[in-house]
Amino acid sequence: MSLRRTNQILGSSLVAFFLVVALTGLLWTPENPLAIHLQDKLMPPGPGHWLGTDEYGRDVLSRLMAAAGTSVSISTLTVLCSVFFGLILGALSGYCRGWVDRTIMLFTDTLLAFPSMLLALALLSIMGTNISGVIIALGLAYLPTVTRVVRGSVMSLREQDYIEASRLMGHPAGYTLLVHIIPNCLAPVIVIATSMFGSVLLTESALSFLGLGVPPPAPTWGNMLAGARPYMEQAVWLGIFPGLCISMTLLGINLFGDYVRDRFDPRMRGL
Amino acid sequence: MTDTEILLSVRALELGLVSPNDNRIVKSASFDLKPGEVLGLVGESGSGKTMLGRSLFGLQPGVVVPYGGDILFQGRSVLNMKAKDLRQLRGAEIGMVFQEPMTSLNPSMTIGRQLNEPLQEHTDLNAKERRARILEIMERVGIPAPQDRLDDYPHEFSGGMRQRIMLASAMLLKPALLIADEPTTALDALVQRSVLKLMLELTKEEGTALILISHDLPMVAHYCERLLVMRQGEIVESGVTADILATPQHEYTRNLLRSMPERGPVRPFEDTDQPILKTRDLAVEYKSRSGLFGKVDKKKALHGINLTVRRGEVVAVVGASGSGKTTLGKAIAHQIKTSAGEVLFRGQAVKKGSATWMDYRRNCQMIFQDPFGSLDPRFTIRRTLSEALYHEKDLSRSERNERICTAIEEVGLGIAHLDRLPHELSGGQRQRVAIARAIIGRPDFVIADEAVSALDVTVRAQVLELLSNLQHRYGFSCLFISHDLGVVEQLADRVIVMRDGKITEEGARNQIFDTPKSDYTRALLSAIPKLNRTETGVVLSWRFDEPNMTTEAVG
Repeated sequence: MSLRRTNQILGSSLVAFFLVVALTGLLWTPENPLAIHLQDKLMPPGPGHWLGTDEYGRDVLSRLMAAAGTSVSISTLTVLCSVFFGLILGALSGYCRGWVDRTIMLFTDTLLAFPSMLLALALLSIMGTNISGVIIALGLAYLPTVTRVVRGSVMSLREQDYIEASRLMGHPAGYTLLVHIIPNCLAPVIVIATSMFGSVLLTESALSFLGLGVPPPAPTWGNMLAGARPYMEQAVWLGIFPGLCISMTLLGINLFGDYVRDRFDPRMRGL
Repeated sequence: MTDTEILLSVRALELGLVSPNDNRIVKSASFDLKPGEVLGLVGESGSGKTMLGRSLFGLQPGVVVPYGGDILFQGRSVLNMKAKDLRQLRGAEIGMVFQEPMTSLNPSMTIGRQLNEPLQEHTDLNAKERRARILEIMERVGIPAPQDRLDDYPHEFSGGMRQRIMLASAMLLKPALLIADEPTTALDALVQRSVLKLMLELTKEEGTALILISHDLPMVAHYCERLLVMRQGEIVESGVTADILATPQHEYTRNLLRSMPERGPVRPFEDTDQPILKTRDLAVEYKSRSGLFGKVDKKKALHGINLTVRRGEVVAVVGASGSGKTTLGKAIAHQIKTSAGEVLFRGQAVKKGSATWMDYRRNCQMIFQDPFGSLDPRFTIRRTLSEALYHEKDLSRSERNERICTAIEEVGLGIAHLDRLPHELSGGQRQRVAIARAIIGRPDFVIADEAVSALDVTVRAQVLELLSNLQHRYGFSCLFISHDLGVVEQLADRVIVMRDGKITEEGARNQIFDTPKSDYTRALLSAIPKLNRTETGVVLSWRFDEPNMTTEAVG
């Protein structure tokens, strides 16, 4: 079995595993992730609490599962947001050119001038820390990437003969854009959306770690990691498990992203 | 014949892909080449001619490997040669000229340095001698004032000049064999002939043997003493050129010769016939601005064109590349902005948003050159055709279906093709779909921009015949834009010759082809050989002597 194939299977199974955990976490957890049992605090992994308990005696496994649900929902919504608005802005900008293009590009270039983390931090401190704030901030931070990619493909597509042919048939510009152009530039968008999912997850964790993400007591991998810091010496599992979740998910998504990229590149097909 | 007289001997060569299934690219190819001989290798795309040519000096891609046979160059086996010996062979003993003059020279190196490289690698000449040799060969390939141009970069030369430089660099070391793979395909017809002529003169002077690889049978036939015809990896016919042309043995060769365009019948058109389309002083200007506050630069691509297309008439627009013929087509189709003048359709000015605009859109259709780019890759053929009926909103479902089925059958494809995607069809089939899309709405006027230029010779003949049949049946007028005069001679009723965005000459087809008035038309015509059919085959001749144009003027 080739390395490519191994990576493909590893990536897909990791992604599938965490998706299942996240979906379960949204509906059911072994224990209430928010229930405090101070008498059980900082218990090591063992029967009853498979992954131990934290400083308030909350079940780490339940919290990790709930956190997976939150993280995956936030990342999905964020990616959908940036892809949706990025497609609109990019398609308009690439198809209309002229002043529309210049205005949109000025906007995205300004956004690009800030590191996405810094931009999200700034937006969050304005909007306050809550889940919708995180989604809007991250969505905006990742918008320029999608816009630029879409604009690029639309610009090359609009010179294709079949686009000209569509215009020659007298189709209105909106029709040509929706029916011929956007479906044909989806491939690269899906590819960056996959990899974006990973970086959004990471940024969201980082924000939570810094205390600017989803506010406690709701668990996320990032704020669990942050909360584990003072107890590193007494309860090392508190840091290890959320950290492992983040890195394994990212590894899975990156490998899966490579697979998606290959699938959409016709030259790689059949290899 | 003894072995010493043979420069290159290919014996039962088999080339194939490195893959388990038996996928041979070249099957049992054998031929000999004597020193100084000129050999033509003709075949359509995918015939394996390029792979065969490249394998002669071990330049085939890594996935292509020899499965049997041998290549002997001056008695040495090329297939068993070590990398070091191969390097010595390439350049010094076997030179190569590629198709694309735009990419075969390094854009970031001056011409002088690029020509210096092979000399430095393969000879012991000192810098001064090398420079002298470079200047000598540049002079020889017809580059004026070579000493002033050594420090120029490739982009400062025209395509023809670049191909001359390629030729100079291949001939610098006076190789025993020169392989030219489609050396003039990317060049204008005018430039083509002069570059080929130069190549033949040079190889003759140096006693270099030449293998000319091309899809263009008449062109190759005219220059080569001997000919190999390849098809699907097999050499189906080989022999003396004149014999092959006069009495072709293999069915495929006969088919190739039959596919050569020939003059169609004369159809009468009166000046009083109602014009379907007219342009009045049509002009197009491109503006470019250098920087934010820079001066606006205007470049005229079309200068006030007046032309008339009558009902049912096929008007061809010919000219070298850059003559503005494609711009003219786009301007008439209103795909680009015109800066002056107007287009009259059935006597009424065509304007965006006017009452007649949608009528014009429906009645003016276009067939594009590239069959790979003109169909939406995600649309099935059925959907593409159905979309072309977009405006006929009152069609019922079954009527629409019927129209689509009729259209696909009219272009020689079956209903089975309707549910395929473009990438599942061949180039010729795609072009048929593009034609079906253009004519399904029964337009009165069709613009065909190089509609058959990207197709192989035999496929081209079929598509041309199809186009001509449909034109006879439905009587639409056609503006046929092409650089290929042979095709134009077959199809056109009237010909418009363009140069630098202006009409140079205009007239009935026979008049333009037999008694051209302008020197430019004469030069264009002189670049393509004329075919005279005999009972069994063809005889080639040139129409006019080569024009007395300076090298600078032609390229």
